[in-house]
Amino acid sequence: MSPDDIRTELSAWLDANWDPNRPLIEWRNILVDGGWAAPSWPEDSFGRGFDVEQMAVVNDVFAEKGIVGAAQAGPRRLAAETILVHGNADQKQRFLRPILTGEHAWTQLFSEPGSGSDLAGASTKAELIDGKWIVNGQKVWNTSAHHADWGILVARTDWDLPKHQGLSYFLINLRQPGVEVRPLKQMNGHASFNEVFLTDAEVAVEDMLGAEGDGWAIATTTLSIERQGFARGRNERPPREANEGSIYDEFAKELEIANEPYTWYPQREGRVDLVMKRAMDTGAIKDPSVRQEMAKLMCMSRAAQLAAHSAAAKRKAGSNEIVPAGSIGKLGASVIARQSAHVHTMISGADAMLSGPDSAEEGVIAETLVSVPAISIAGGTDEIQKNIISERVLGMPKEQRMDTGPFRDIKRN
Amino acid sequence: MTEYTQDQATFREVVTKFLQAKSTPTDVRRLMASDEGYDADVWQQLCQEVGLAGTHIPEEYGGFGFGPVELGIAAEEMGRHLYCGPFFSSAVMAGYAILNGDSEANKQKLLPEIAAGSTVATLVLDSVNDPNQVGRQLRVTGKELDGTAPIVTDAHIADVLLVVASGEDGLGLYSVIADADGVKISPQQALDPTRKLSRVAFSGAEVQKIGHLSESGLNKTWDQISVALAHEMIGGAQQLFDSTLEYTKVRVQFGRPIGSFQALKHRCADLLLELEWAKAATHHAAFCLASGQEPETASMAKAMASDIYMEAARAAVQLRGGIGFTWEEDTHLWFKRAKASEVFMGSPHTHRERLLSLMEEAS
Repeated sequence: MSPDDIRTELSAWLDANWDPNRPLIEWRNILVDGGWAAPSWPEDSFGRGFDVEQMAVVNDVFAEKGIVGAAQAGPRRLAAETILVHGNADQKQRFLRPILTGEHAWTQLFSEPGSGSDLAGASTKAELIDGKWIVNGQKVWNTSAHHADWGILVARTDWDLPKHQGLSYFLINLRQPGVEVRPLKQMNGHASFNEVFLTDAEVAVEDMLGAEGDGWAIATTTLSIERQGFARGRNERPPREANEGSIYDEFAKELEIANEPYTWYPQREGRVDLVMKRAMDTGAIKDPSVRQEMAKLMCMSRAAQLAAHSAAAKRKAGSNEIVPAGSIGKLGASVIARQSAHVHTMISGADAMLSGPDSAEEGVIAETLVSVPAISIAGGTDEIQKNIISERVLGMPKEQRMDTGPFRDIKRN
Repeated sequence: MTEYTQDQATFREVVTKFLQAKSTPTDVRRLMASDEGYDADVWQQLCQEVGLAGTHIPEEYGGFGFGPVELGIAAEEMGRHLYCGPFFSSAVMAGYAILNGDSEANKQKLLPEIAAGSTVATLVLDSVNDPNQVGRQLRVTGKELDGTAPIVTDAHIADVLLVVASGEDGLGLYSVIADADGVKISPQQALDPTRKLSRVAFSGAEVQKIGHLSESGLNKTWDQISVALAHEMIGGAQQLFDSTLEYTKVRVQFGRPIGSFQALKHRCADLLLELEWAKAATHHAAFCLASGQEPETASMAKAMASDIYMEAARAAVQLRGGIGFTWEEDTHLWFKRAKASEVFMGSPHTHRERLLSLMEEAS
């Protein structure tokens, strides 16, 4: 479809169907039936196979008319896009619609206390007993698990195979007695994540994604979607404030819940945007050593933007050159965040001893200082990123592995 | 930031091919040991056959009429191959100074000769530390120039000296014939022997005034030179990085390539990040010079390029171990260029101060 055709057809369809006082989920079911909930998805999965340019028209029309679209926020998209790639027809039919409508919230059940950076070392066990998968183990760092209905789960189904081969990927219903979710409080006081304890939790055989032993390959898909999301940023905002109708209230509530774990995310990036203002407000701008550190920060921050644009342009041009955008960008974000925290500390001086609403920028600076350590850990530590960069981008030789052979014989926590 | 066009990529290939043939480490070692420090035949080919000295000089003055982006490409490849010759002094420094001036007669006379390589010019600044310190040593009274510039590149082979000096009405740009009376050019022993330095002393030397130089005029020239230098530096840094990376893959100790040790891998990953940033900032700075936007990016580029070149140079020696510290190994050639370039036309901290002042004004 041409951009003009899309605009005409979608506008007419919205004029006939959109009603801001409809219940949210009812509206989204109409959206799914009309093929406008996820037009970038394939035609056999509620979509229209639209490309990036066609999607831009769709997004423009939605924005212009203040239309509430399909549910996006939180980890549900990780599940949806993984199911799109690896799910069978039945799974797509059953799981994708309630994701789009917002009926089902999802969480990711990958990391474990004993397998953080080494994700493939997962030791949560899934055993096929009497026609059901019975799951036992503990997961951690599960964003939004306390609101989630379903989880994407990686668990070990074979202990005699090498570690990457013995994993399988499940879609697990979290609303069952064998699942216990406990919030995990972080050093900055927030509790964005959870621990999930699985005790004889059940998964139906038809809810395994892919085949037994495909777990690692499918998890890799999810992780790459997650890394792209890191680059995109996650916070979705409600359409224009001026809109009236009950659907906006429902949507705002959904977003508030979904975005709640992420309120401190700008702080973990170091709040570079507040540096110049703070330096001027406090007079620290006159200090030559502060100026030097500020200038270093401005250099890094601007260069990182430019390098990201350049990498994106090369990807768009279809260049075969290895553009180390993902890991380089993530490593760079850590360096920038640390430098920014350093500069904020210099600017604040002894005031950096204070926190809470009466402290600088209503506590935002204090929260920054205790949130920045997260950025060099979450989504793969700096050390792991450096391994990826050196081995995959720079082609440096791998270290000898100590974790080959049957998983049950490998040393682990 | 805009991306390089196909034509610009082709231009880079032409420059690279020429330098690969004419500026090998063997050539560099031969020239750095000589008094002249350059090969006159290669210089003529570079100007006549490839036309590089006229890269940024408008066509009406005998150049190609390209801009800072193409000049940056040429400088980057020269830095990578450690080209020894008066390109930077004559084409970049003197060329920009004349181009920025308002003397049409001098442009018509000097620029075609500079582009053709038949005249070698250089820019005489009494401070190559900081534009704010320029004009304190060199003074013009009437038509006579007095004072000393301690660090001047390629003055020993220059035909014409373009001199920034204080006159009765403030800073001005002047030209002086290099072998005129009252001009004494004394070669200095340079830390980086691939770029020859002289001390230039004037005592009543006769000058021709090219034009008045405002503070912003001087800063513009300084920025243009800094951006070209930053390109030279990221070219050198890239060369050091590439050769060091290769070394870690072939050097075996403890029964394995040393590049399989995480300590080295992580250092290389850190270098790559900083190099990618410096390249992005430097390339962007050239586009900004062409468009007149974001004036702070020139200092950003020079500061970042200086830091990564030295980081890469330190790593290039360190990761090679003992062999990296020998004269026989080529690494020190780039190490010394990195150190000298770091402080030439403003140290990183000077450029950081300049950029912060600009950002402060803008906010």
